[in-house]
Amino acid sequence: MTRLHVQLAAMVAMLCLAAAPFLLPPFTITLMNYIGVYSLVAIGLALLTGVGGIVSFGQAAFVGIAAYATAWVSALNGQSPWVGLLLALTLTCSIATLLGLATLRLQGHFLSLSTVAWGLAIGFLFGNVEGLGRFNGIASIPPISFGSYALVSSAQVYFLIWGIVAAVLWIGYNLLDSRLGRAMRALRGGNTLVESLGISAFRIKLLIFVIAAFLAALSGWLYAHMSRFISPGPFDAGMGIEYLMMSMVGGAGSLLGGVVGAAIVTLLKNSVQDYLPLIAKGASGQLEIVAFSALFILFLQWARQGIVPFVGRYLPKLRRDRPQPAPALPRRAQPAPGELLLKVDGAERRFGGLVAVNNVSFDVRSGEILAVIGPNGAGKSTMFNCLTGALRVNKGDIVFAGRSITREAQSRIAKAGIARTFQHVKLRPRMSLLENVMLGTYARTRTGLLASALRLNRREEASAQFEALRQLERVGLGDKPFDIAGNLPLGNQRILEIARALAADPALLVLDEPAAGLRRQEKLRLAELLRSLRNDHLTILIVEHDMEFVMSLVDRIVVLDFGSKLCEGDPAAIRNDERVQEAYLGGVA
Amino acid sequence: MTSDIAAILAIDGIATGAVYALVAIGTVLIFTVTRVIFIPFGDIAAFTALTLAALDAKRFPGTGTLVLVLACLATLVEIISLLRTNEPRLVPRALLLYLALPCAIVGAAWIVTRMDPPLAVRLVLALMLITPIAPLLDRIVFRPIADGTVLLLLTVSVALHFALVGLGLLFFGPEGVRTEPLTSLSTEIAGILISGQTMLIVIAALVFSGLLYLFFDFTLVGKSLRATAVNRTGSRLMGIRPARAGTIAYLLGSLMAGVSGILIAPVNTVFYDSGFLIGLKAFVGAIVGGLTSYPGAAIGAVGVGILESFASFESSALKDVIVFSLLIPILIWRSLSSLHSEEEIEE
Repeated sequence: MTRLHVQLAAMVAMLCLAAAPFLLPPFTITLMNYIGVYSLVAIGLALLTGVGGIVSFGQAAFVGIAAYATAWVSALNGQSPWVGLLLALTLTCSIATLLGLATLRLQGHFLSLSTVAWGLAIGFLFGNVEGLGRFNGIASIPPISFGSYALVSSAQVYFLIWGIVAAVLWIGYNLLDSRLGRAMRALRGGNTLVESLGISAFRIKLLIFVIAAFLAALSGWLYAHMSRFISPGPFDAGMGIEYLMMSMVGGAGSLLGGVVGAAIVTLLKNSVQDYLPLIAKGASGQLEIVAFSALFILFLQWARQGIVPFVGRYLPKLRRDRPQPAPALPRRAQPAPGELLLKVDGAERRFGGLVAVNNVSFDVRSGEILAVIGPNGAGKSTMFNCLTGALRVNKGDIVFAGRSITREAQSRIAKAGIARTFQHVKLRPRMSLLENVMLGTYARTRTGLLASALRLNRREEASAQFEALRQLERVGLGDKPFDIAGNLPLGNQRILEIARALAADPALLVLDEPAAGLRRQEKLRLAELLRSLRNDHLTILIVEHDMEFVMSLVDRIVVLDFGSKLCEGDPAAIRNDERVQEAYLGGVA
Repeated sequence: MTSDIAAILAIDGIATGAVYALVAIGTVLIFTVTRVIFIPFGDIAAFTALTLAALDAKRFPGTGTLVLVLACLATLVEIISLLRTNEPRLVPRALLLYLALPCAIVGAAWIVTRMDPPLAVRLVLALMLITPIAPLLDRIVFRPIADGTVLLLLTVSVALHFALVGLGLLFFGPEGVRTEPLTSLSTEIAGILISGQTMLIVIAALVFSGLLYLFFDFTLVGKSLRATAVNRTGSRLMGIRPARAGTIAYLLGSLMAGVSGILIAPVNTVFYDSGFLIGLKAFVGAIVGGLTSYPGAAIGAVGVGILESFASFESSALKDVIVFSLLIPILIWRSLSSLHSEEEIEE
């Protein structure tokens, strides 16, 4: 399957949708309108929950804010629905920004619980605020009109709704296929990974949160002017979970899944309303929600992936062309060989009463490979985390390329030119090798939200792709750039992480126990790769356990023991140092 | 606001808060042992009140049917899972535990109901009918996904709540109930009249939290529950079955929720869907304790009760808005004060 096939399929789908109002009865069109309106929210949730991993139970509140805003403007104050749209979007996005600023630093289920909280609080507001019709709602909302042409019938508003859905899908897929989209898709790998690529995880989360709210607002605006009447009911907590259900049924993480999920849930609900009275007379209203929740629970128990990813497995793979040569991405000014690159000065880190790193100082000079070694519990990993900004030192100073990074955030340290790998490999297993490496180019590329959404980023994307391919070839993984990263053996995953780090064009590469868990052949390959990188004048700092691996590779070694620096020197000197032998072997007989 | 009104509001708040505290403690119990944030606890409390009201009116409560339906489902699920893992020899045990036992309870309750029992017996009956619900739901809904992420479990839990609300309407009808006060005594402290019911609520909350504390610290079962809460794999290696610990936690939790339902029924009119707000407010309290500390949860829940009492004096329409808005700063404070390890999200 090529890109052309996908485009053709999209065209056919669009034509079918466009023909629908002329072929189907008005009732079906009304139903499809609701599906379209709901799918906007579900697409937003697919981004927020599926891609970004932020489970939100509160989207219905955003839909409600927008619907009430536009109803207030148009029905109560007699303004045009277009003014309503403006107010709906600005109000919803501002509220989302404020909520996001307050809550998006929360982790895991705490974040989701906060969405329950504001979802409920806002939901209660609609029925209780003076001037918004309380529980009776707001009636006689005018239809949307273009000049004097008003969209009154369901067939008329149909084209607007599905036009917006199509545009949102196009924009959404463009966005996911951009540097921002890749950053969003990396969010599920955890904050440390995202920050290590020079991406501010918080800003990306905020962006994705506001985008989801924006889509919910569009939906709310359409809803208000389509149904011409609003009341608090459709924006309560129950609806919030229904939206979540739509996006999960369709396949969280799949934008198209949002539309499919909205369709399935809406149609299912409709048929449950039709058929339940036949099974249990008089109790249909109660059973509807029971049947519905039960189906959802069964679904979550048996098919968490959702429908679109499930179907996608049986479709032929999208065939992609190898990236073509493109203009190079900008490179940073590399330090001159032998120049002082990193200076750790009296670093100290405590955990309560335990001093994990105690007054450690060492230098890294440009062009060398330096290893920090030590027995278990020596403080190597803590030192490493302090260098990369994952932890702060309590005392001391860390200077990189003439600038203090002691108090800098992880992402800023990464941007300054320190690229890292992880002891427990952190790749995006569902993304291709090429995309994983392209994540590394984030800080070297510039395209913003608008250009990404409108696909104006092609030149920079081509450069980033070519750069990623070049780095894959450099580490020897260039033959299958479109393979899925999760399928690689561990040794190659480590090497892929190095390629990702290289794609950031670092001045210093820091590797956290790169040899851990590797087989002998893999270690030899890794050592060879690191030597070839040194020949390219790259500076490398290795925190490592494996003496044999380190001794044959590095220029200098710093030995830590119980948090303090034991000694420093070239491999031969370290090998013969009595203190080191004692630390490792427990005393020399 | 005069100091008299403030005192009355405070006492009112403490009473409501004590009810929330019981549910909050149950929530913490379930969360620590099974990692499930069991939103439907409030529903369990509301169902208890509705059950008691039905018993008072000399009707056999819908809870009985609900338990029977759930028992059949749970038996089915258990037998299927036993057959899939090729352990048919355990089927009789499953039939006994999941089918015979709940049926026996319902049967006994049905017989006793016909004999026009006194209030104390009715209370016991209501609690007996309500306690099997949560463990059965655990078997049907949560055990198949026990290894899922907290978020998945939370999503399922929210869906389960909606299912229960629907069932509540089906089995109990839309009418609200308010049961007879358990005591008509009252006492005057510093010029303020305190009803016996209020005292009873506070005392019951204290007694039950005390009992729970004794259970955890002085019995082997209690200790095994705590062990499961700390580390599932580790406790499994020590011969503790997490599934069994989960069942015990659900039993205890629903007992607490049941008691709170009985206590709140004479004070507030309870509808089939009142549980959601009770559960969520208890939950706000539980979060104050970081979902792990029992005293923290109890203090938090009492705080929510007091806040709600004062908020409803200021603006009864917006009291829920105020309570839930408050959850956000609490969450932020919790998240700042606890450095929890980053968990990668399942794909």
